[in-house]
Amino acid sequence: MSDLRDLYQEVIFDHNRHPRNFGPFPEANRHADGFNPLCGDRLTLHLRVEGGVIREARFEGAGCAISTASASLMTEALKGKTEAEAAVLFEGFHHMVMGEPVTVDLGKLSVLAGVSEFPARVKCASLAWHTLNAALKNESNPVSTE
Amino acid sequence: MFDVHAMRRQFPILAREVHGRPLVYLDNAATTQKPRAVIDAERHYYEFQNANIHRGVHALSQEATDAFEGARDKVRNFLKAPQREEIIFTRGATEAINLVAHSWGRANLKSGDEILISEMEHHANIVPWQLLCEATGAVLKVIPIDERGALVPGAFESLLGPRTRLVGITQVSNALGTVNPVADIIRKSHAAGALVLVDGAQAVAHLPVDVKALDCDFYVFSGHKLYGPTGIGVLYGKREHLEKMPPYQGGGDMIAQVTFKKTTYNELPYKFEAGTPHIAGAVGLGAAIDFVQSVGLETIAAHEDALLVQATRLASGFEGLQVIGTAPGKASILSFVMKGVHPHDIGTILDSEGVAIRTGHHCAMPVMDHYHLPATARASFALYNTPDEVDALFRALRRVEELFLK
Repeated sequence: MSDLRDLYQEVIFDHNRHPRNFGPFPEANRHADGFNPLCGDRLTLHLRVEGGVIREARFEGAGCAISTASASLMTEALKGKTEAEAAVLFEGFHHMVMGEPVTVDLGKLSVLAGVSEFPARVKCASLAWHTLNAALKNESNPVSTE
Repeated sequence: MFDVHAMRRQFPILAREVHGRPLVYLDNAATTQKPRAVIDAERHYYEFQNANIHRGVHALSQEATDAFEGARDKVRNFLKAPQREEIIFTRGATEAINLVAHSWGRANLKSGDEILISEMEHHANIVPWQLLCEATGAVLKVIPIDERGALVPGAFESLLGPRTRLVGITQVSNALGTVNPVADIIRKSHAAGALVLVDGAQAVAHLPVDVKALDCDFYVFSGHKLYGPTGIGVLYGKREHLEKMPPYQGGGDMIAQVTFKKTTYNELPYKFEAGTPHIAGAVGLGAAIDFVQSVGLETIAAHEDALLVQATRLASGFEGLQVIGTAPGKASILSFVMKGVHPHDIGTILDSEGVAIRTGHHCAMPVMDHYHLPATARASFALYNTPDEVDALFRALRRVEELFLK
């Protein structure tokens, strides 16, 4: 097994202890709920999308350090991105956590690359991103990682 | 004198390492490891006896049939069931409950009838009854639990009523370790005219079971939590109920005569065993029962209790660690949460230290809801665990603390 420190990097602890963009967001116009039945992680994602651009992203919920940090980092990365750019990030992130070659620049999101060495935790890291997908499609049913 | 180190040598898997550390296997409530005797019994069956049962006139078929039916006798003896016809082999406790819910339930329940279960049930003892209620219009009622994780005193008695047709209750809670007063529940249920199904999945490896003395109507368990193989389990049912119940699945072995006009069913227990069963699994389960009986359940319980006492003491001295499930006399399960650390993160860090525990909702989401928790971490002890392993668990938890909270 890879070193635990590859998974639990300082940035991840920081975002777990102090999640960014955390809390309700009444001005949002897109919402989705995500649920990981395996571990009970739940999160709600709120987006303000104007003219195809994500102006604001916030989240609420309770989860493990990996899922909380991933959601926090994701909301930071999304601001100002077009929906098409967000879709590219989603794909790149997915490749990264699956341990596949990544062709896009994921910036700070790459601190989660260590997840690929911990297959049981891939769903934790992906939950926020699957929820994003649902929010952009405005799906009303909660997405589940199972 | 019980020698845990000699015991460990009977379990080949316990010699392996995980992530470069000796394996500390504390996920026994999920499934137990298998002793050499069980592995050898399955291997012997496949290497020397494999054939289909109840059919062939050839020697192997007869030997395979004898091995399979011999396992049934071992189960009968293990549960102290009056008759071998009352022992039905299933895929596990889950299938056994589904069998009763489907066969007995659909034939006997009508709109307005009530099924009573408890808040601490495993999903396997919730969902089959919900499906039955949807199909029949019966109503599912739930005995609440208190903060210790025990049934709220008096709640069962007040929920039990003239419309209660069946009470489904776990003998030992998989998420909390609580041991329920099933004998009392059975007596009171019968006085109210209700049948009782006892979910023994967590119980059979820890305490002696006597279905005749309990007087339960149905008792279910899984082989793999009793040091036996996966994919094999048992439904015990009183003959008077099983005789009246329609078949659960149709197919080979469960029939007496088939024509396109009418099919008549085989006698008990075969009426409920459609298709070729998990013969090797049954043989392995028989070997597991021999193994457990050779050690003795009293010896096993005493050993596990000592580990639980040690773990509970270490937990109480661990700041920020809270034990979930503190019912008196509970079985060897330590469910807990740690302030500031999600159980899933605890699980990953412990795994890196070679310590295997379960994290999550333990297929008992209503229990998690009761405590307003998304999940817990759970260490569960078996006859091969040692005091050193309990210490290893808490050393690993200190590592969690170091990483997360320092």
